[in-house]
Amino acid sequence: MTVYFTKEHEWISVDGDVGTVGVTAYATEQLGDVVFVDLPEAGRTVDQNGEMAVVESVKAASDVYAPVSGEVIESNPALTSAPETVNASPEADGWFCKIRLSAPDQLAGLMNKSAYDAFCEGL
Amino acid sequence: MAQSEQVTGKSTPLTGLHKKLGARMVTFAGYEMPIQFEGVMAEHNWTRQHCGLFDVSHMGPSFLELKSGVGGGEAAHEEIAALIETLVPSDIAGLPPGKAQLTVLLNERGGILDDLIITRPADPAQTGRLYIVVNGAMKEQDWSIFEDKLAAECRLERADDRILIALQGPEAIEVVAERFPEARDLTFMQSIEIPFDDENIILSRCGYTGEDGFELLIPASTGIPLVEAFLADGRVRPIGLGARDSLRLEAGLCLYGHDLSPDISPIEAGLAWTIPERRRKAADFPGAERILSELSGGAKRKRVGIRPLGRAPAREGTEIHDTNGKKIGEVTSGGFGPTANGPVAMGYVDNAHARKGTPLQLIVRGKPIEAEVAPLPFVPHNYKR
Repeated sequence: MTVYFTKEHEWISVDGDVGTVGVTAYATEQLGDVVFVDLPEAGRTVDQNGEMAVVESVKAASDVYAPVSGEVIESNPALTSAPETVNASPEADGWFCKIRLSAPDQLAGLMNKSAYDAFCEGL
Repeated sequence: MAQSEQVTGKSTPLTGLHKKLGARMVTFAGYEMPIQFEGVMAEHNWTRQHCGLFDVSHMGPSFLELKSGVGGGEAAHEEIAALIETLVPSDIAGLPPGKAQLTVLLNERGGILDDLIITRPADPAQTGRLYIVVNGAMKEQDWSIFEDKLAAECRLERADDRILIALQGPEAIEVVAERFPEARDLTFMQSIEIPFDDENIILSRCGYTGEDGFELLIPASTGIPLVEAFLADGRVRPIGLGARDSLRLEAGLCLYGHDLSPDISPIEAGLAWTIPERRRKAADFPGAERILSELSGGAKRKRVGIRPLGRAPAREGTEIHDTNGKKIGEVTSGGFGPTANGPVAMGYVDNAHARKGTPLQLIVRGKPIEAEVAPLPFVPHNYKR
């Protein structure tokens, strides 16, 4: 399994042709307390860099973009009842959805962990 | 995820202190201000349970006084009250010494130019003087109105170079009374002046959270050690603008530029209580024609509390529809209420849909979500009456 990152602070962990997607710990620090996540329904097609989900903190709503194109096959049911999971475990239990990749070559344009960490340090 | 923007703006005397405390800063009302310290949720809850310290030095504290001199007894108060009453619809003449009143600055159409608090000083030597606190984002407008309309008789002194802080929450009384025992003598919307170094502090029992608490206007030169002493108290934590907004929204209190605007009348806004009988009879304030007609015949729209029935917050600008899908209004403030433990909002709806319990639909990201008209406040006020 390989994890990739975007400049918009999403991560995608890829296993075969399915990627599990969420937002990074850096993103949740910026967001603050998450109180609601508007998740995409299974079956929806998403485009790379297009709107995929919306995460609401106490103060504001923020768009979350799809790191790759594909079809949503599942969203995380735990976030409906416990959106704070995004803060508690952004890069594991707080995953947003799983996407079946339609263009796996898009992954080559994303960052690996060390490149993403360096990117965050420069912000 | 979207990126944060560059923070620029004027400083308050406490800006350096906020940064030292690790605040995340934003630009608000032209000032560089803390949006949060440890986190909005934790700060909100701390204020409801203990005592939060808010820097509100960006606001517009000011003094309006008679050019003919202060200390002239009841006649001097009546004179300055009559002057300010040409701009606001409340009973300023009838304020006893040391009493504060929320009121609105009106335009000729009866719309609200700002909401403000006018206090009659407790000290008899100061009759003929009023302490007026206006909103930070509106202070230049408000002060030029005072200067334009009242310049012949009054002098305006801006006090926005001082420190203005609020201490809010159930433990605020103990925190404040330890240093200023006079605090115990005050009830909600009462104010006194306390000698401090060579100057004075104005201590008022009021706030913007729905909790008991105080606002203190403190000289900038000597005030920082006092603020630091408050923050060193284990019951006190610094609170940012994020929690200030969620606290006031749960308390059902209006935010100017959002819930109040030059098109909205005090009747629509649910602020009819700021206009007493004497002023209604005299009809001697700007926009009296519209306001009196709304008082007798009802306003077309009303500010209401709104509770989305699910977990999704509805933000400012969200369209409000009736159950048939017809647009009947718009959300003017909305978010998540940590104490209400769910999404809460305020907005304006057509009068026919303003009754408590009326079902509504809110259009969030193109999809209707169920909601209903809810009584305000969402969290009961905890004022010391």
